[in-house]
Amino acid sequence: MLQEESDLSLIIAQIVQKLKGSNLYSQLERQAWASLQRPEIKLESLKEDIKEFFKISGWEKKLQNAVYSELSVFPLPSHPAAPPEHLKEPLVYMRKAQGSWEKRILKSLNSMCTELSIPLARKRPVGEQKELLNKWNEMGTDEPDLSLFRPVYAPKDFLEVLINLRNPNYENGDSLSFRTHLGLIQVPLKVKDIPELGALGRSASNKVINKKQNMGPRKQDPNQREGEFPRNDSKEKFQDKGCTTGLKHNNPRLEQEKECFVELGLNIGQLGIDDSTQVPPELFENEHVRIGQKVLAEQDSAAAQQYIRQGSPTALRAELWALILNISSQPEDVLYYEQLKTNVIQHDLLVDSLIYKDVKLTASNDDYYFVFEDYLYQVLLCFSRDTSVLSHFAFNSASPPKSYIRGKLGLEEYAVFYPPNGVIPFHGFSMYVAPLCFLYHEPSKLYQIFREMYVRFFFRLHSISSHPSGIVSLCLLFETLLQTYLPQLFYHLREIGAQPLRISFKWMVRAFSGYLATDQLLLLWDRILGYNSLEILAVLAAAVFAFRAVNLMEVTSLAAAEAVLADLSTLKVMPLLQIFLFATVT
Amino acid sequence: MSRPKNQNYKGHGLSKGKEREQRASIRFKTTLMNTLMDVLRHRPGWVEVKDEGEWDFYWCDVSWLRENFDHTYMDEHVRISHFRNHYELTRKNYMVKNLKRFRKQLEREAGKLEAAKCDFFPKTFEMPCEYHLFVEEFRKNPGITWIMKPVARSQGKGIFLFRRLKDIVDWRKDTRSSDDQKDDIPVENYVAQRYIENPYLIGGRKFDLRVYVLVMSYIPLRAWLYRDGFARFSNTRFTLNSIDDQYVHLTNVAVQKTSPDYHPKKGCKWTLQRFRQYLASKHGPEAVETLFRDIDNIFVKSLQSVQKVIISDKHCFELYGYDILIDQDLKPWLLEVNASPSLTASSQEDYELKTCLLEDTLHVVDMEARSLRADSPCW
Repeated sequence: MLQEESDLSLIIAQIVQKLKGSNLYSQLERQAWASLQRPEIKLESLKEDIKEFFKISGWEKKLQNAVYSELSVFPLPSHPAAPPEHLKEPLVYMRKAQGSWEKRILKSLNSMCTELSIPLARKRPVGEQKELLNKWNEMGTDEPDLSLFRPVYAPKDFLEVLINLRNPNYENGDSLSFRTHLGLIQVPLKVKDIPELGALGRSASNKVINKKQNMGPRKQDPNQREGEFPRNDSKEKFQDKGCTTGLKHNNPRLEQEKECFVELGLNIGQLGIDDSTQVPPELFENEHVRIGQKVLAEQDSAAAQQYIRQGSPTALRAELWALILNISSQPEDVLYYEQLKTNVIQHDLLVDSLIYKDVKLTASNDDYYFVFEDYLYQVLLCFSRDTSVLSHFAFNSASPPKSYIRGKLGLEEYAVFYPPNGVIPFHGFSMYVAPLCFLYHEPSKLYQIFREMYVRFFFRLHSISSHPSGIVSLCLLFETLLQTYLPQLFYHLREIGAQPLRISFKWMVRAFSGYLATDQLLLLWDRILGYNSLEILAVLAAAVFAFRAVNLMEVTSLAAAEAVLADLSTLKVMPLLQIFLFATVT
Repeated sequence: MSRPKNQNYKGHGLSKGKEREQRASIRFKTTLMNTLMDVLRHRPGWVEVKDEGEWDFYWCDVSWLRENFDHTYMDEHVRISHFRNHYELTRKNYMVKNLKRFRKQLEREAGKLEAAKCDFFPKTFEMPCEYHLFVEEFRKNPGITWIMKPVARSQGKGIFLFRRLKDIVDWRKDTRSSDDQKDDIPVENYVAQRYIENPYLIGGRKFDLRVYVLVMSYIPLRAWLYRDGFARFSNTRFTLNSIDDQYVHLTNVAVQKTSPDYHPKKGCKWTLQRFRQYLASKHGPEAVETLFRDIDNIFVKSLQSVQKVIISDKHCFELYGYDILIDQDLKPWLLEVNASPSLTASSQEDYELKTCLLEDTLHVVDMEARSLRADSPCW
């Protein structure tokens, strides 16, 4: 008890500390001063009256949202004596692996520099600055010669590193047993250990389930979904029970997953399923939209995050995401973005060429996203100069690379972070931004949303850590789910040299961007925001394999397996997830 | 059936007595070697005929039609893919004339409000006959941009923009044959149209919509609208500064293909579904519904305007490609109607769209039922 209390007060203290430096704090102060003019504020009950005022005027809500936002990002409380590296990554061998991976990346970057004799950074001559300023809105029309540049690394290079990760303190033994993990990842991480999320999901879902009981049997036509599933018998099973008790299964893992993702249950309406044309909108969609509008009117972050677990209506999505990420475009934010833009104009970084190359190779060639090419440059170039991103390295196992002024190697006074935001883009990085262009059109808002998404979620997809949403855990989760529920398929694929992770890795690293149709991708990212976790990526990857299992059982090579899974653009995400989580029977 | 004596008459679809019962396949002919050919060849029971063979179904090009339609006899069930005088709708100057006439008629019959529904084409003047009317309008609105389009050409050829009368005075001098020469070369007709200066932009780029409408007959008017279509993007960023840059303003894929930026893999097209999703996330679903209703209105009114003019031959059907431009107020404008929309695919997605489009077209035309005779096997 005492420990919990002291943990709580520690967290509170830290959040207060964090918020004191923020803009919101000074705004609240100003508001408090201004409120003294108001007649209802009396000197005797100053504190209560001001609190009341804040409540009525909506400032309390803003503060709540800010606190909620901090909580979402805040790492779990640790021992007060733990050194800062532990906050980044508690396991030593993971830290070491990340360190050596970073060394490799930097070596690659440096050698490219020396080969091409291009400085890491240089100041642009005035003429070039003017030209860039003129072309700012159409940088996509530029065709610089990028043939000599190569991406610093691609996801498959990263996969090789992860495959070779080993815990030196863990002895697996050579004998094969039913416990042997068949997959590529061989580290003993506990997957899916998010007790808070499970509890959050469960208590909220009770309210939802009670409500839905009254809505009658769900209209389902199995033929309308992609593929055919024998749904009818499972429908009876889940009809009146809550989905957590629906399928009693021996394996605790699926139970844990189902607990986590309770709101995706079969009894509960989902956007991505229950808004299809065959389902009359009165059954779910209209009400859901109405609730969404209410949530937006209340401007409540926590409510929005809960709401979005069932998917967001297209028209409300942009605002809902902004609310959940606690982004409101203040003049200061626009100014900050403009400042970053000035930095881009004034200095040219080597990283810029990498960004150009990545955009040209990936987003520009994409059927959906080629239109947004210009926005991608405007966001990514500014992103690489944004030093505020450095703060996220406190809880990222990665560390920003350092560069030294020429001739002063090793001298800390002459060290700078390179690139300024500490993030080196890899092949496919621009795909994190591309789907957001669908929702946000104003560059500074688009930028803010992307930055927040990066420091909350995306960074975990390319750094080695033991975090449950980290890529290592996601890979392990994927392989474990597959091995547990589709052992025949897994074994078959392994035998033909087509380890499933080799195919699904690229999907997860990019959070499925560029692989799914845009509307489906946005529904998936809704759930990432709603559950504040990336685990759903691993679940979806496993669900895709389960869906195409029949075809996969017939292939005899890695290339053939790749071909079966090459095109995901016709998949519907929500039915797949539901089937896999709640209706798969082994 | 006795053969007509006139040598020029070619009979098609004629069968000699018993042959009719035994004919179990549909003979098609086409000169297009693209998606259409694939679709026709894959259709069960359809057989290709070449050269002078008799056919039941001909997807012809308009030049053949012009030369041969009047001399060709077609049996009851035979179908051909164009109307004799489709140019009433598809040539820019005729379309404008018909629309203007229809609008006046509507105003007389149903009032100004109803007539206003025809205001989906920008102010257009036929050149050279309406030159003086054009100059009047030009002078009323100084500084705006106009676009000059040849009436009968396609793929963006011959189109240019101008802001000053001087520009077209020069052009007139160039194109007009001098008085010394004989006027053997016919003067090409152009239309001058008000350029839409505030197009809706996505990603800073201009685009137009291509939507397909299949007309089975004009009297009665029976038309089908294909659910899918695409938005064609200009490769470069929109600006009014460089009105000489064809690549910015003309969104025809044919023109974009020649742009130095064009990469064939890119395709520079979005399906209509994707476009709808994008608009819905930006403006809300109601705005999108309204927009598409307005676009439907364009189809209806434009077809109604030529209904009485086009010779409605029961053998004819036509697949039109409508080009629609959206402006920043989400108002759709009709740019033109194509009688022979391109059926060549620019990407895999495009191929699938056109294949499905053509298959559905053939379903609607339903040659299989027409060839049916009481005594031949049903299929």
